Amino acid sequence: MMMIKFAIKISGSPYHSQASDTGYHFIAAALRKGYGIYRVFFYGDGIYNALRYASPPTDEREIVKRWSLLAQEFDLDLVVCVSAAQRRGLLGEEENKLLGGRESDLAEGFRISGLGQWVEAMLEADRVLVFSG
Amino acid sequence: MKKNFLYVIQSTSFDGIRIQEALDEIMTVAAFDQPVSLLFLDEGVYSLKRGQNPEILNLKNVVPIFDALEMYEIKLLYIEDESLKIRGLSTGDLILPVIPVSRSEIGGLLENFDVVLTG
Repeated sequence: MMMIKFAIKISGSPYHSQASDTGYHFIAAALRKGYGIYRVFFYGDGIYNALRYASPPTDEREIVKRWSLLAQEFDLDLVVCVSAAQRRGLLGEEENKLLGGRESDLAEGFRISGLGQWVEAMLEADRVLVFSG
Repeated sequence: MKKNFLYVIQSTSFDGIRIQEALDEIMTVAAFDQPVSLLFLDEGVYSLKRGQNPEILNLKNVVPIFDALEMYEIKLLYIEDESLKIRGLSTGDLILPVIPVSRSEIGGLLENFDVVLTG
């Protein structure tokens, strides 16, 4: 039997809502059970999941790093919405070059793209889930 | 490939930029030639209220965006009747024509859609 594929949007703030924690644990569990994750799209305050320079105290869960590790383990497509990110000051390599800043604010395993990527994911996936805050 | 989308709007125009980002997403879905409907629930009913002046707070006025929805073929706007009444509002207080749906009918309404999302 073909396992179903999910398209998942994370739009809640990682530190002021349950969106990131629940979304992460759902996705990790689904992947380990063999389900497909077509794409994870970070929108709204969800873009804070992708901050390369996030440095939480050592006794806390590492929200950004665990996404990077999951992406590496399962070849997961983590996409950050460009307009939501720019508005909040998270810039990818190209945008940063234009502004003469550092290389990229994006953590490993994430890429920046537009809302069209989210719509495409919703059309391709069997199920759509939103973790909002 | 076509799917029938329903977006549930539960926040007001003054709740950060939630509505603005939801509308960006909604218009992108419509631009992909997908049928989209909206359901206004809870505080979300305020986002369609007449006479808002978000500019005073330096917030973007989303009324012109709601007005433009028709050009994107987004014509079916549902509103939960109880959410309106409990806030002392009626459909006449709103900027756009909406279809009132009672709370008991919402479950049945949701069955018409392939994808149901919040903003």
